[in-house]
Amino acid sequence: MNNILQLVWLIPLFPLLGFLINGLARKAMSKSLIGIVASGMILASFIVSVLVFIEVRKGNTQAVVLFDFISFDKIHIPFSFLADQLSALFLLIITGVGFLIHVYSTSYMHEESNEHFGRYFAYLNLFVFSMLLLVLGGNYLIMFIGWEGVGLCSYLLIGFWFKNNDYNNAANKAFIMNRIGDFAFLIALFWLLSKTGSLTFNDVFSKTDLLSKTDITIVTLLLFVGATGKSAQIPLYTWLPDAMAGPTPVSALIHAATMVTAGIYMIARSNILYTMAPLTQSVIAVIGLATAILAASIALKQNDIKKVLAYSTVSQLGYMFLGLGVGAYTGAVFHVMTHAFFKACLFLGAGSVIHAMHSQQQDIRYMGGLRKYMPWTHITFLLACIAIAGIPPFSGFFSKDEILLAAYAVNPIYFYVGAAGSLMTAYYMFRLYAMTFQGSFRGTNEQEHHLHESPVAITFPLIVLAILSVIGGLIGIPELFMKDGHSLAEFLAPIFAGSLKLQHAHAIDHNTEWILLIISVGVAVGGSIYGYLRFSKNPELTDAKGFGKLLENKWYVDEIYNAAIVNPIRALSKFFSKIVERYVVDGMVNGVGRSIQYGSRQIRLLQSGQVGNYILLMVFGIVIFFVIEFFLKKG
Amino acid sequence: MPINYYLFFSLALFCIGIVGVLTRRNSIIIFMCVELMLNAVNVLLVAFSKMHHLAYLGKSAGAVSDGTDGQLFVFFIMVVAAAEVSVGLAIIVMLYRNTHSVDVNFLNRLKN
Amino acid sequence: MSITHLLFWILSVTALGSALMVVTSKNLVYSVLYLIVTFFAISGHYILLNAQFLAIVNLIVYAGAIMVLFLFVIMLMNLNADVEPAKKNWLKIAGALAGGCLLLVMVAALKDADYKNQIAQTQNGEIGLIQNLGMVLFNDYVVPFEISSILFLSAMVGAVVLGKKEKNE
Repeated sequence: MNNILQLVWLIPLFPLLGFLINGLARKAMSKSLIGIVASGMILASFIVSVLVFIEVRKGNTQAVVLFDFISFDKIHIPFSFLADQLSALFLLIITGVGFLIHVYSTSYMHEESNEHFGRYFAYLNLFVFSMLLLVLGGNYLIMFIGWEGVGLCSYLLIGFWFKNNDYNNAANKAFIMNRIGDFAFLIALFWLLSKTGSLTFNDVFSKTDLLSKTDITIVTLLLFVGATGKSAQIPLYTWLPDAMAGPTPVSALIHAATMVTAGIYMIARSNILYTMAPLTQSVIAVIGLATAILAASIALKQNDIKKVLAYSTVSQLGYMFLGLGVGAYTGAVFHVMTHAFFKACLFLGAGSVIHAMHSQQQDIRYMGGLRKYMPWTHITFLLACIAIAGIPPFSGFFSKDEILLAAYAVNPIYFYVGAAGSLMTAYYMFRLYAMTFQGSFRGTNEQEHHLHESPVAITFPLIVLAILSVIGGLIGIPELFMKDGHSLAEFLAPIFAGSLKLQHAHAIDHNTEWILLIISVGVAVGGSIYGYLRFSKNPELTDAKGFGKLLENKWYVDEIYNAAIVNPIRALSKFFSKIVERYVVDGMVNGVGRSIQYGSRQIRLLQSGQVGNYILLMVFGIVIFFVIEFFLKKG
Repeated sequence: MPINYYLFFSLALFCIGIVGVLTRRNSIIIFMCVELMLNAVNVLLVAFSKMHHLAYLGKSAGAVSDGTDGQLFVFFIMVVAAAEVSVGLAIIVMLYRNTHSVDVNFLNRLKN
Repeated sequence: MSITHLLFWILSVTALGSALMVVTSKNLVYSVLYLIVTFFAISGHYILLNAQFLAIVNLIVYAGAIMVLFLFVIMLMNLNADVEPAKKNWLKIAGALAGGCLLLVMVAALKDADYKNQIAQTQNGEIGLIQNLGMVLFNDYVVPFEISSILFLSAMVGAVVLGKKEKNE
């Protein structure tokens, strides 16, 4: 065991242990013990992740094969972990943010009963375990196990308060939408397996010559469909806003910082395949951009604090996919990281606000003026808002602009649409900020009386995340400002080296780059200021009309889906259950039963209890046997 | 004697036994018919045993005791038959004591 | 027709005829007596095949012990007078038919068997003598022989248990 990379399996092991301990012994443990176990396990993983990261930083990467997982004929799929630059970075994000959210949860979920408290942490640990498996997996199959695991945990946590049926429906929706994507993902895996005979990343990527152009395009498109499910892109994005039914820390961890980035991770991991499939890249870029704009436009008119953040998440994920689509893999991964910081911070801040508001009020129309009551939450929320709006030198600026610049290099229209999206982002984020924290309090007196700053277990993660949101961008300073400033790109270079060779460099000259930067900063600042000024004094309290109503109702996408897909399927199911099930299936089963009953009733008469009859039948049997044996079997 | 003669003789005896079992209701008669069938088999076994012995005499292979096994088998069948009769008659006695009849049709408790 | 053939036919006809009488006679005691005749004829067959030991055992065990046992049971329970209820006619016919079919089928099956021309040795041959059988019985078959004594013991116990009058009767 000569280096720490051999111990990489420890990272997912700790959360798994935590899951088992909390899951099995939750009734016997006190709340503080549960919290310590759960957070401690993640902290342990985080420490190992840091060690791994340091090792990887030196340039060492390693595929650790634990055992043979599936082995038959010519197919060998080992249970292996891959510790390299990309997975090390994701490990840090997951365990780091995950740890902070665990700490936060110990306070946030404190009102739950002991059993549910333990259940919550067990799920959370299981989620981290699955996510780590996804990121560490050395082949697509291990990744898929983690992929399914996070889907399951997401389902469990969205439906955590299972007594509320709406929440259950939201959980089902998330799960089913994910399944649609997973199905495509699975097909892609089989396709790869049949063509290359392997699912191990390094094997597949070195055997790309076995794949025809069409193969690559289909596989990448299928994988992308999987990613749209998990990372909430058009058309499978509607589950994510509904997923806000879960506890807020869950929204922060799963639906902002980690799970939804699984699709980005997967595509970044398979970057070489995507680079070889320009068609898929265009599809990804267009869908990412469309998602970004659509979600941002919906976020403009939402009044639920968590819904706004959810749509903003969808929108930001759209930017990441845009980055992947234009070949800016580093930028996408960079944005994943910064997004994890500021979105987790925003969600946790929102959680803190909800926690403070009496009776779980989430509607920002009944908030306002919270600045006075919750200084820490306020300041961290503001910093995260600035970061997501893309105002320099906060982290969001660097990552988003890297994506937008790369988009410009491919197609200027991408840039302008993206910039429009970031205008909206800045606007709605500051609308949210202003309506929540500025002005005067609009809730009931009782609620106002109840307002307080959250305990340190909540504010501590907020502060850490806010600091990271502020400075997180400094690891990726563009060339324009500082030579060799982009240490992240340098770090990730080995992962994307293959793609870089294939890509045609679209160099943008510095003047253009300056202009583009000024445009994007301009829209960000403009949007922010406009949003702030418009809503800090005169909050929008009435229901929207006209176009706004369209936005408030999310473009009626849910309704369209219901009408176009859900209801026909329902009708079909009804047909099957009422007609086919009752008359065909039941008829068949009952018919078999009835005929056997009838037959038995007839045959039962043979059992007369008269020994003589039995012997008579036996003799006839023997005769028949002899006839068959000696006369009919001739030849 | 050709073996066929013995074969058909014992077959006939056996089938008479079967007919007796099938047509009579008196359990003692049925029992006797079973004995008849056993004896039919015994005759055939002895006949085959002698047939084997003769076959040995005609050629060099085999042992002097070829065919003895068949006769010993008959001996054991007789042993078992004797034991069977003692138990069977005890059962018939008990049946008679309980039903005052030896009609097998009273033994129809298997029905339910 | 040699004397052996003659004896064979006489014995066979006796055996089959009295066997038929066993089945058909109305009186139980007659049945038993006809069965004894059948056993005697079968013993004759054994002697014809020079299986002297079996002939004697057959007489002692079957014609002697077993049939006497039958007679005892019949006499003791006074079954003689018992009128057997007649079976249904169609069942009788079916029974006879089944037996006949079996006979027919087996005869048809065996008449072309490979060994149909083989001869069973009669009048000669030493293996049926007590000496030879005893050698094999007490060398090779001594364990089954001993086990058969256990079988007798358990049959005896079983007969006693079954024949005992129950107390609550």
